[in-house]
Amino acid sequence: MNWAGLYTVLSGVNRHSTAIGRIWLSVIFIFRIMVLVVAAESVWGDEKSAFTCNTQQPGCNSVCYDHFFPISHIRLWALQLILVTTPALLVAMHVAYQQHQEKKLLVLTGHADPKHMEEVKKHKMRISGSLWWTYVCSVVFRLLFEAVFMYIFYMLYPGYQMVRLVKCEAYPCPNIVDCFISRPTEKTIFTVFMLVTSGICIVLNMAELVYLVVRACARRGQHNSNPPSGKGSFYGHKLSSEYKQNEINQLLTEQDGSLKDMLRRNPGLQEKGDRCSAC
Amino acid sequence: MDWGALHTILGGVNKHSTSIGKIWLTVLFIFRIMILVVAAERVWGDEQDDFICNTLQPGCKNVCYDHFFPISHIRLWALQLIFVSTPALLVAMHVAYRRHEKKRQFRKGDQKCEYKDIEEIRKQRFHIEGSLWWTYTSSIFFRLVFEAVFMYAFYFMYDGFRMPRLMKCNAWPCPNTVDCFVSRPTEKTVFTIFMIAVSSICILLNVAELCYLLTKFFLRRSKKAGKPKQHPNHENKEETKQNEMNELISDSCQNTVIGFSS
Repeated sequence: MNWAGLYTVLSGVNRHSTAIGRIWLSVIFIFRIMVLVVAAESVWGDEKSAFTCNTQQPGCNSVCYDHFFPISHIRLWALQLILVTTPALLVAMHVAYQQHQEKKLLVLTGHADPKHMEEVKKHKMRISGSLWWTYVCSVVFRLLFEAVFMYIFYMLYPGYQMVRLVKCEAYPCPNIVDCFISRPTEKTIFTVFMLVTSGICIVLNMAELVYLVVRACARRGQHNSNPPSGKGSFYGHKLSSEYKQNEINQLLTEQDGSLKDMLRRNPGLQEKGDRCSAC
Repeated sequence: MDWGALHTILGGVNKHSTSIGKIWLTVLFIFRIMILVVAAERVWGDEQDDFICNTLQPGCKNVCYDHFFPISHIRLWALQLIFVSTPALLVAMHVAYRRHEKKRQFRKGDQKCEYKDIEEIRKQRFHIEGSLWWTYTSSIFFRLVFEAVFMYAFYFMYDGFRMPRLMKCNAWPCPNTVDCFVSRPTEKTVFTIFMIAVSSICILLNVAELCYLLTKFFLRRSKKAGKPKQHPNHENKEETKQNEMNELISDSCQNTVIGFSS
């Protein structure tokens, strides 16, 4: 299981996201995970071996490194990225649950053929009802994790800038010893880059939250002005229109084949046919 | 998530690119990303370990290395390649949005929709016209801007594209002006020049693609201005005929289906 595995898992969630959610996912994978893997990891690769202290005292090097870098930037970013991308799995689980319910409904209504089952798997769920709440929770958790990790980063490494020199006097260093960090400028550049992308992701998440809330309010307003025709899942509604369609198709196959061909070539006509059978 | 994944993502965009765009993508992946991964990363692999300064003063080597290489060539190229290949995703998003709209039309049973099924919509290649033309042109423009910015950053940071063998350093804690020796300078110079040359070729390809798109746009515009507006496009003519046929068939359908259902 590596970043590629995470990418596979989350690509599936992508289908049920909003447009902003998809942009967020692309930013995460291309500008954060990919940059981490192809560039940042090699910058921090020699952080301990090239951390040099001006002393011959054995152990001083290790102690000072541990004192100034309780957890490496790279590991912190990796944890942040994993925690930030995981709330999307809440949505995936909810979608899987809804699909399972729809499949059960199909079996109960006697439409459990493979074609319908496949369609349940393929069709995109609308973000409404309980799925809306799950989605909003996942966005809130994402925001929370991003903010917490930004704060931890600031606490551990105040200022976000990597200094060239740190002064250390932890035991067993004999006095205040100068220790030099490897590639501080390059590390500062990548730290700032990762922080900026983290900020962009926070902004995208907030925008998505606002969009979802506005959409829900708009839908509620519409709902109040047009009273609902009938309850039921999205697929339930589709099922009833498909059921009608199947009836029409059956009638038509009993007719001559040429008429059915014409209808197949002109799918818009089937809607008219639908109206026909309803009258 | 690595270069292979980026290749998968961008491979999809390739379908909707112009021929020059496809050439550009090939040059990017084979002559830049692949060279970076299989060759350049090894050359720069020991850049800090083998950066040797003529001093025993602890910390002097670190400080001098940091002073002369604020950001390594390899990382700069990796960032450049990521930024340069990402505008293509704007096009991918626009195409996905168009497909989504067509799928919606298809599901509604809109007569304007001429596709047999959803699979055809998924496989269809869109022509670069209308709003997609603007998105595509913007993406090329951004590519050009990013390439130019990174070339300039490179030139600014490393004062030319040549890697010297020896650098003189007197940053603290070095006790005096110390000689520092760079590892594999000639090989690094060769690869730097190679990457710059390929970057320039990519810039030329982008400029050519931009000119091609602009020429196509103006030609199309002059054609439209020349022909009177009888049939705005070829498809409409066919659609009108189809609509007439459909009307005739639906009338007969109404009679037949009602007859059978009773």
